[in-house]
Amino acid sequence: MGFAIQFVIDVLSLGGAYALMALGLVIIYGILRLVNFAYGELIMVAGYTMYLTSGSGLPWIMMAVFAVVMAVAFGIFTDYAAFRPVRAKSVTAVLITSFAFSNLLQNAALLFISPRPRNVPLPEIFSQTVSIGGAITPVRNLITIAASIVLLAAVAFLMRKTTLGIAMRAAATNFTMARMLGVPANLIISSAFALSGFLAGVVGILWIGRIGTVVPGIGLEPLLVAFIATVIGGMRSLSGAVFGGFLLALIDTTLNYTLSQDLLKFRDAFTFGLVILILLWRPEGLIRGPASGQRT
Amino acid sequence: MKHSYLTAIILLGVILVIGIGSQMLGIRLYDRIATNLMISLVLVVGLQTFMGNSGLLSFAHIGFMGLGAYTSAVLTIPAQMKSMALPDLYGFMKVVEISPLFAMIAAGLVAALVAAVVAYPLMRLSDAAAVITSFALLVVLYTIMNNWSAFTNGPRTLFGLPKTTDMPIAAVLAAVVVVVALAFKESRTGTLLRASREDEVAAAALGTNIPHLRWRAFILAAFIAGIGGALWGHFITSFAPKAFYLKETFLIITMLVIGGANTVTGAVAGTILVTVAYEGLRGTEGALNATSFGAGQVIGLTEIVLALAMIAVMILKPGGIFPNREIGHILIRARRKKEIVAQ
Repeated sequence: MGFAIQFVIDVLSLGGAYALMALGLVIIYGILRLVNFAYGELIMVAGYTMYLTSGSGLPWIMMAVFAVVMAVAFGIFTDYAAFRPVRAKSVTAVLITSFAFSNLLQNAALLFISPRPRNVPLPEIFSQTVSIGGAITPVRNLITIAASIVLLAAVAFLMRKTTLGIAMRAAATNFTMARMLGVPANLIISSAFALSGFLAGVVGILWIGRIGTVVPGIGLEPLLVAFIATVIGGMRSLSGAVFGGFLLALIDTTLNYTLSQDLLKFRDAFTFGLVILILLWRPEGLIRGPASGQRT
Repeated sequence: MKHSYLTAIILLGVILVIGIGSQMLGIRLYDRIATNLMISLVLVVGLQTFMGNSGLLSFAHIGFMGLGAYTSAVLTIPAQMKSMALPDLYGFMKVVEISPLFAMIAAGLVAALVAAVVAYPLMRLSDAAAVITSFALLVVLYTIMNNWSAFTNGPRTLFGLPKTTDMPIAAVLAAVVVVVALAFKESRTGTLLRASREDEVAAAALGTNIPHLRWRAFILAAFIAGIGGALWGHFITSFAPKAFYLKETFLIITMLVIGGANTVTGAVAGTILVTVAYEGLRGTEGALNATSFGAGQVIGLTEIVLALAMIAVMILKPGGIFPNREIGHILIRARRKKEIVAQ
């Protein structure tokens, strides 16, 4: 019983984080058909903000809020620096600028901060553990689950009930048509980047809460996770991204428990093998989104 | 067809001039830079055969270069050194020692074989999904190289490769690859693939089997990458898996994109331009590090400048320096125009 609870908590907490990461990526992709390679660097920005403010004596929660704000700011900055100037050009051009921008941010962190890991302040509660039904689990896993439930619900509400969310979904389905009907393109795009940055910021804090330090390359793993989750789930569907995140967490956790130490090192290879199998079966991903419109 | 021959002659001429020029100067540093340039040419032009013709961005190229480098290493490290360089190598492999030339071909074949198996399902994907999976493929290849200690010595440095690559060999291979890339571009597969790049739906409607064409191009690119990896391995003689990861990927993509991914001329021009810029910046970085007193190391400056350059090129000239036409084509057109004006 204890083991089952442990397993479920692991899957849910990892899946929650994965789902949020994938969601942040797919919001941008859905509307703009832009694979944002600089997404992982938003997590890095959140981490370094925490590190840089750690000496300020602010309460932790203020630092966390500030980190999320910085991630949002950099999200919007990505739009202006890497995306807006090439928006009307080819998909490949957009991809490449976001890749270059990701490299730019990473190397700026290398140059101006340090290539070595930096400690990030964490509240006591992140390192405590509790026992639930015989399973001992870190409190941060429960925090992750709670945060992901709240955020997923909030995003679902935003997307379904508010004017902004409906406009964003309309833009995702058919951008030109949405513009014709008076949806302001730049506002929608900037909001999408802001929302993506917000999700990245929150995920960043939860993610760094597991590790405790931040390095320039910290964004790579979350980025890869988000990539794989969105490809499995379906690149154009928000619910697909969330589903993909949880499925990937299930696969990862199962492999964690079943593989021997020698094989565990190759976990990423196994995960990717499964992704190939899923894509063989369903090249569109598991959940199909709205038919793709042209972006300009 | 005529302009392809002219392009080939001009590009080979450029390689020849750089090769001979670097030898005539007789400075070791220039020799090293020229050799590096030739190896980069092999890799970038190899990437162009896939990316330029299919229009899909591939991040996995450097992973196949790594496969080639390790294949060649395992096959050529002298038997008496193997127990030291690769202590966990499987018994039957310990006695294998073949000449670097055959090892290089084997390296290309291994990379092509892996590409053929892995890429078959992936080539059905388009746009973003294709890019993402190629990125994931790079990570997987890296994970494998980093952890399969028996073959790669794990994350530690593998040493003991015989140094057989020098400037002339690298230059000859670069020239061969340029010719292969041009020939592939004009071949039936290449032409159909370029049609699918311009309009996927129209090409499919004409009956082209797009995934299959992409698959062929991907295998060719992987084969060239494997050869390039072996070439590089025998030049540098000791390396670790982290040599085949994001930093190098960024570099070769920068080279290809700045030059223009759609043309072989662009690939060559971009490689030369970025190599010169890169070496210059590296020198500046080194000089800064030598003068700064305990202010910490300057690292990442080169990459920052390259990233800015790449973004600038994308904004100003999204197709790169040579976006559509090969150099031979441009020259012939220019001459024809002049003749018309003269009449």
